[in-house]
Parts: sequence; structure tokens; C-alpha cells
Amino acid sequence: MIKTLVKRLWLIPVVLVGWELAAMAVASPYFPAPSRIMVRLYEMFAAEEAIGHVWPSLARVVGAWCVAVLVGVLLGVALGRTRWLADYIDPLVEFGRAVPPPAMLPVFLVLFSMGTEVQVATIIFGVIWPILLNSIDGARHVERMQIETATVFGIPAHLRVLRIILPAASPKIFAGLRLSVSLALILMVVSELKGSTEGIGYLLSLASNNADMPALWAGVVMLGVLGFVLNSLFLMGERRVLAWHHNRRRS
Amino acid sequence: MTAAIDGTRRERDPLARVPIGKITRHVVGVAAFLLLWEVVSRAGLFTWLPNASDSLIRFATLAADPVFLGDLAATLTAAILGLGLAVLLAVPVGLLLGTVPVVEETTRAIVEFLRPIPSVALIPLALFFFTPEINAKIALIVYAASWPILINTLYGVRDVDPVAAETLRSFGFGAGAVVWRVALPSAAPFIFTGVRLAASVTLILAISVEYFVGGASGVGRFLIEASTGIGESAMLDVIATLIWAGLVGLVVNAVLLRAERRLFRWRSA
Repeated sequence: MIKTLVKRLWLIPVVLVGWELAAMAVASPYFPAPSRIMVRLYEMFAAEEAIGHVWPSLARVVGAWCVAVLVGVLLGVALGRTRWLADYIDPLVEFGRAVPPPAMLPVFLVLFSMGTEVQVATIIFGVIWPILLNSIDGARHVERMQIETATVFGIPAHLRVLRIILPAASPKIFAGLRLSVSLALILMVVSELKGSTEGIGYLLSLASNNADMPALWAGVVMLGVLGFVLNSLFLMGERRVLAWHHNRRRS
Repeated sequence: MTAAIDGTRRERDPLARVPIGKITRHVVGVAAFLLLWEVVSRAGLFTWLPNASDSLIRFATLAADPVFLGDLAATLTAAILGLGLAVLLAVPVGLLLGTVPVVEETTRAIVEFLRPIPSVALIPLALFFFTPEINAKIALIVYAASWPILINTLYGVRDVDPVAAETLRSFGFGAGAVVWRVALPSAAPFIFTGVRLAASVTLILAISVEYFVGGASGVGRFLIEASTGIGESAMLDVIATLIWAGLVGLVVNAVLLRAERRLFRWRSA
């Protein structure tokens, strides 16, 4: 156990020590040592400077992601089950996905003028497309035999959606959700870099204006940890929800 | 019912020639959307929303606007350069990690730590390290685009038929030849999918950097200038630029998807 852990992780301390030594040798303000970055990170949290920026970011990204998931999956399943619509809406959905989400920022800035609404709208608009597309795709390709069997047995429509269509589409839907998690983080940061007064993105932009390099690196570390935690939580949830699917594929 | 049958047929054969009826329906769908947009904006439901017809006219005139074309060219140049460099960087690294398990095992922790960092968080840092800003933009695009290519190369190499590799080895081919003749060709479809995923990331990064810096030339800069203008024409410019951005993304994706299907027909067959 410990042996495999050492085998897997030995490179991290080596890299950190190497970085520390290199930073000491270079002694450039742009290239701070990891120890200085960690000290700055600690200072930021101790002064409660950071906490006040982490929570709004986290609340916005999680809230916006949940809204996008709810709307994307519901709309996607509805559109996917309405077969005749497919050819009419496909080009529109594909186009919506192709618009680079940061390009929507100016529109939302005009629409909502300031603050949380802009960021939430940008995140929702950006992450809804992979969710929508995969939900449409998943719902479209449910085995017809299963649906017809359910119809023959007189299973009501809402149960058909909950018990047959959603589970059958869920592997596809989760593939879209996985993409959307990292995209949501990217858009959270982009939307806070400009025209915002709070959030981790704002911290980065502030540090950059003050040429406070340790704080800049500390912000990157914060975002790395946040990304790691959110990704791991998502993967845990996915494993739990899709356990039946993986079991079936293994057997 | 016929639609359902259509669906299953397409599912079986994604390469079936596109029937005329389908394209007509695509056109009808887009036309219906534009009509709805026109009606909604003319009815004044959203005061900020310009008419569909005005937006399309502005979209067309942008094609002859030298400022816009220069910005579009700047964004695309950075995206293409960045994507090319990312391929040159990520494919060899992916091949190395995929074929030498020891290297993969020791670097996995580093990869797993770096990967979740949202690439845009590095924008301010990159601007300090790389000057002028075009270099920062390209460096960030390379960083962000490398991940999907690297991961897909890794999966592709793992998927290599061990019998084929063993056969080559028993005929006395060296490790390099095995990678070149077996691992790379059999991973190629995966790598290409990674490149297609990375292509959409490049546009996001390019526009984000331009948006953050402001002074840089590019579509992001054009959007800022357009949106800080006054009155209705500002929104018109923004919407027209968005249509262009979406169209570029759509064309890039379609071209890569078609190339992928054509190049690797042998695989899906």
C-alpha cells in the first residue's frame, strides 16, 4: 500500500524541491518559489481575503451548472423523443454549440449590466450545449423494443420516461455532463476576469494588476484544487448513478 | 412512424448519403427560427434585440470590413498555430506515456493535478511570461489544446492490439518501429478525435485572451469595441460577430468530422 503510494507520488516532492531550488537560483519576481506561493495562499485565507471570493465563485458555478443540467436534460430528452423535430432543430443546436461561449459575454454584459447575473448566464449558456446534445442523442437511441414493450404493457408516459428512457440515455448524458464540469470552471473564471468585483477570477485579475506574482500563482493553485474537488465529486456521483451500467457491461 | 424508421436506419449507417429531404428540413428549421426572431424583435418583446434581417445584413457586410477580417485572421492564425504546436507536443508525449508504463505511472499524479486547472486561469500569468501578447495567446492555446490530444493518444495507444505489436517484435523490429508501424496508426483515429475536441478549445482560449487583454487584435477585441459602442448598432455588431464566430466553429468542426470519417473509414467498416 505505502509502496505503491510512494511509487505513484515520488515525482511530486521532487518537482516541488526542484522548483524551489530553481526559483532560488533565478531569484526572479515572476517565478516565485512554491514555499512563497503557499505562504501567500495562507495569508490570503488567514486575512479572510480569499474566503469572501471563493464562496461567490463556488455558489455561481454550482448553481449555474445545476440549472444547465436540469434544463439541458429535460429539454434534450423531450427533443430527442420527438423524432420528427430532429432534422429541423439539429442545425440550430449544432450552431449554438459552435459559438465560443466567452464571445457571449458582451451580450450578457449589455443584458444584465452587472454582477452575478452576467456570470451565471455565461456559464449556463456555455455548458448547456454538450448536455443538450448528448441528452438528445441518448434519448433518440433508446432501443425501440424496450419502449414498445412498455407501451404494450400500458406503462404510463411519465414512468416510461423515468424508468426506461432516462436510464437508457444516462451513459450518454453523463458523457456530456463530464465535459460540462470543466467547461463550467473555465467560464466561471473568464466571466470574473472582467467587469466583476468578487470571485477567484477577480482575485487573479487584481493580483495581475498589482503585479503580485505569488498571489497570482496562489489563485491558480486555488483553482486547481477547486477543479480537482469538483471533478472528483462528479466522478463519484457518476460511478454511483451508472453502477448498474458498468456492471452490465462487465458481465 | 416513418421518422422512427429513418432514425434507426441512420443509426446503422452514419455514412448513408444525405437525402435531399433532410437538407430541406434543415433549411426550414433555420428559416423558422429566423422568422420567430424577426417577429419577436419587431414586436418589441426585447428592446435590446436587433431584427434578424438587420443582423443578417450586418453579418454580410462584415465580410467586406477590413478591420473585422483582420481581427478574424488574427484569431484564426493564433488558433491554427496553437493547435499545430499542441499536436507536435502532445502526440509524442502521449505515445511515450502510452508505450512506457513506468513513465505513465510516475507522471500520473502530476497530470491529474495539472489537468483540472482551468486553462483561462493561466491568462494573467502567461501575459507576464510571454511577450508580446500574441505569444501568450499561442502558449495558452497550446497548453489547453494539448490535454484532449494527450489523453486521446494515451487511450488510443492502450487500445493497440497486443498481438500485432508482439508479431512485429518477434520479427525483430525495434521499439521505435513498433510505435511507428503499429501504435501510431492504430491510435490515429483516437488522436484525430482529440484534435477535433481541441479545435473548439482553441477558439474559446483565443477569444478569452483577446477579451481579457483588450488591446490585442482578434475577434475578442472586435467584440469589446463593438459592445462598448452606443445604441442599437452596438448590439447589431455583437450579434453579427457572434454569427461569424458560430459559423467558423461550425465549419471547423464539420471539416474535421468529415476528414475523420474519410481518413478512418477502414476502422468503422
